[in-house]
Amino acid sequence: MAAVGPAETARAGWPAAPSRGLVVWIVALGAFALLWANAATLAPWAQEWPRAWTPRIAFSISAFMRWLVDEATSGLFTFTEFTRFLSALVEAPYRFVLAILSTGLLSGQGSQAVQIAPPVSWAGIIGVFVIAAHAADGRRLALLAIACLGFILVFGQWDSAMVTLASIVVAVPAGAVGGLLLGLAAYRWRAFERAISPVLDLMQTIPIFAYLVPILFLFGFGPVAAILATIIYAMPPMTRIAVVALRGVAPEIRDLGRMTGCTPRQMTWRVMVPAAMPGLMVGVNQVIMLSLNMVIIASMIGAGGLGFDVLSALRRLDFGAGLEAGVAIVALAVLLDRTSQAFAKTTVQRAHADGAGFATRHPYLLAALAVVVASFLAGLVLPPLARWPEAWELSTGTFWSELVRWINVNFFDELEAVKNALLLNVLIPFKRFLLGLPWLGVALLAGVAGWTLSGFRLAALSVALSTLIAVSGLWEEAMTTVYLCGLSVVFALMIGVPIGVWSADRPRVWRVVQAVIDTLQTLPSFVYLMPVVMLFRVGDFTAMIAIVAYALAPAIRYTAHGLHQVDPKLIEAGRAAGCTPFQLLVKIRLKLALPEIMLGVNQTIMLALSMLVITALVGTRDLGQEVYIALTKADTGRGIVAGLAVAFIAIIADRLIAAGAARARARLGLSGQGGS
Amino acid sequence: MHIRTFSRLGRFTALTAAALSLGLGLAQAEPESNDPIKLTLHDWTGQLITTNLMAEVLKKAGYNVELVQADYLAQFAGLETGDLHVAMEMWETTGREAMDAATATGKVENIGPTGMKAKEEWWYPSYMKDKCPGLPDWEALKSDACAEAFSTAETAPKGRYLGGPVTWGGFDDERVEALDLPFEVIHAGTDAALFAELESAYQRQAPILLWVYAPHWAPAKYEGEWVEFPEYTAECYTDPKWGSNPDMAYDCGKPFGEIWKVGWAGVKDKWPGAYDAIKAFTIDNDQMGAMITEVDLDGKTVDAVVADWMGRNEAVWSAWIK
Repeated sequence: MAAVGPAETARAGWPAAPSRGLVVWIVALGAFALLWANAATLAPWAQEWPRAWTPRIAFSISAFMRWLVDEATSGLFTFTEFTRFLSALVEAPYRFVLAILSTGLLSGQGSQAVQIAPPVSWAGIIGVFVIAAHAADGRRLALLAIACLGFILVFGQWDSAMVTLASIVVAVPAGAVGGLLLGLAAYRWRAFERAISPVLDLMQTIPIFAYLVPILFLFGFGPVAAILATIIYAMPPMTRIAVVALRGVAPEIRDLGRMTGCTPRQMTWRVMVPAAMPGLMVGVNQVIMLSLNMVIIASMIGAGGLGFDVLSALRRLDFGAGLEAGVAIVALAVLLDRTSQAFAKTTVQRAHADGAGFATRHPYLLAALAVVVASFLAGLVLPPLARWPEAWELSTGTFWSELVRWINVNFFDELEAVKNALLLNVLIPFKRFLLGLPWLGVALLAGVAGWTLSGFRLAALSVALSTLIAVSGLWEEAMTTVYLCGLSVVFALMIGVPIGVWSADRPRVWRVVQAVIDTLQTLPSFVYLMPVVMLFRVGDFTAMIAIVAYALAPAIRYTAHGLHQVDPKLIEAGRAAGCTPFQLLVKIRLKLALPEIMLGVNQTIMLALSMLVITALVGTRDLGQEVYIALTKADTGRGIVAGLAVAFIAIIADRLIAAGAARARARLGLSGQGGS
Repeated sequence: MHIRTFSRLGRFTALTAAALSLGLGLAQAEPESNDPIKLTLHDWTGQLITTNLMAEVLKKAGYNVELVQADYLAQFAGLETGDLHVAMEMWETTGREAMDAATATGKVENIGPTGMKAKEEWWYPSYMKDKCPGLPDWEALKSDACAEAFSTAETAPKGRYLGGPVTWGGFDDERVEALDLPFEVIHAGTDAALFAELESAYQRQAPILLWVYAPHWAPAKYEGEWVEFPEYTAECYTDPKWGSNPDMAYDCGKPFGEIWKVGWAGVKDKWPGAYDAIKAFTIDNDQMGAMITEVDLDGKTVDAVVADWMGRNEAVWSAWIK
């Protein structure tokens, strides 16, 4: 029991549970079978919730929204004025960054605006990034910066990329700092953690389309609303990871802080946060990746930039142009991520090198300023240095469209055969099976699972949330969602976990894998979705390919990260005790990495659910489609109800997995003694 | 690559705005307000052309104009609050419901038809006529041989009809039932997915029957025609007794629809001159179709095509801003 904390033991239940659990399961499955067989005739309401009993929740939410926008007032100012004030707070820094990167300083508005000062030229911006990269990590990173920005420039994506960069520059720090603060609060107060956990789930799992309409109503149209939606979406992983990272700080370090008489503030910022930095940087990485992932959706509500280019290229079926804009997004992601990671490492080191940081950073700052001024002056003499001439731009032209055409013409029948086999033998039977289940039975089973894994509270939660979904009248859509995301998560884990294990202790492989999953996570799914539609037609199969491609990343990343974190001393001890490499992997490394891997499973599910918005675009009939319909009808209530149904599924899955993980840990902790 | 030119357009207009207001603005009546009129841009070429055309004309009249990217339906939130001002293309066939909801609030106004007519119907490539000889008459689709020709593994023995996204409405499920067609309706999720399937099938000369609309580049790029259903009337959709099926409505084709201009209700008071110009704007399907083809298939930029039209039709647009 030594390895397991008291809280986890309590949640996991005592070792006697399995026999009790077995009885419960037999009873429950029996009841379920009875219900399944007879519900349709004896109690139709248990099979399908009657339409007439469905309360008009959606209508009430829409009415509330109208009241909030039109009438709500605090006496001094209306609610809308308040939210508009908030959006002005976000807009000011955004306009400033945009002026530097793209528009230049303008006086006046619209087409009558006059440019007072030009934006920093491409040469200046590349110069600054290269200097920053060099300051952070030397020549290799500087070369990477040149490669990434050079690609964007030469392929004619510069203007759009700067618009996108401006919104990222505002959204990422806000998301990372906000997430860290929430994480610190959750770390310090358990009650706060318990309160915020469902909110985080909601933020991450309610499809963005569901809250887009209220955000537009409240915060106005344009880039600000898009930035706010991005922050809401990108912040939760930061908070979660911050909590895990802070918990993971070695007790000796904490004791040291206490012994040297740190105040709580010093303890937080001088001891805990620096010590947790490697873990926190995983969170920052996620914030950057998710922010860039929002680029497409943000462009739908007026953010412009690269996302808009992707969308309009694909509407013309110009795959090459879509891919170029998509890869430009990836290039931005890679550059920002690597640079911020490198900076985090150097600041940690400098903190140890007692404050020499400022003096060493000074020349870089000066150099950056010099580059900006020099590039401006040079641009006056040599216009191509200020604006890359259109004639020098490269393009892949029709190459990608031709490639897709070639595959389509030559291999369509083979691909169709594979697809049909999977569809007819796996997907459709599983879907029929799930759709045929009575809702009451499913709610019951979820409750039993919660009870045997954890206890009464989890059981009550599972039953309550499942029932709410049925009551909202969205059971069929919800089951379609479970089928689509469930199968996708299984596939993603089957592919992802082995890759994570394989690449964890092979640094060179890991670097390649990391590049691939970063690309998959930041390349807008839309870019490959349309070619996939050409080869596999619209429908569930295409949707599943998109979900697996996107949800694969956390399965790999967290597995590898968990294995990395295993204390080398324990592995050494295992080796000394004569473990084979396989035993070492299974009995020590995977076991100790389990909490991280479970976090990965959790994130895989969350990301799969967040892809519902995209799958709706290839014609699935799940909750995502419901949300999408609500968006196109600007129906706040309908969107939020469907969005909450998605979130409920996510919360049930999350809690059951967390409880299962706690149990597994408890059992593993015991297995050394008994082995049964 | 017309999209890239947009950001450039912004810069271009910023730099030349002063020149415009000096050179042309003074010749015209003074604009009532120098605040920018925000016109929304969506993601299809025809709309980009329409909006740019309107923007250029308003600029000639001395107005300050700003082009803002916004989603086709989500934009109503902005039009209601006055964050956005004018949307140049609201299709009767796809945007009616959202438009009605918005105008009902009194904050959004229908500024009248653009003169373009939206055509939407079932469409097939010409090579399918060999496999289903009775086309374009809809009765041909009733035969099992035709259904077979359009079928896939998932739908066989029924034919597969690829409908628009669920959000477009269109009553195709009802139509199939009312006309007793041996077809299964599969809904594409987006416009892009719809035409990706068409492109795929056309490359392989494979069977496909799907929802195509005009003005769009697809009817210009691919050779094919629309299925001829019994002509739409309002009664067909509302009165079950109408048409060949006495028990069901929707036993006819889809309606032709106006494409409307909509705007924030405050436009009329803030920029009365601009409001009149927007109201006067009209263009027909043929001119628009030709411009879309020039952009999407011939690779010209939207700016160039718009400038070209402005040059050739000076009498037309100068009448709008009188």
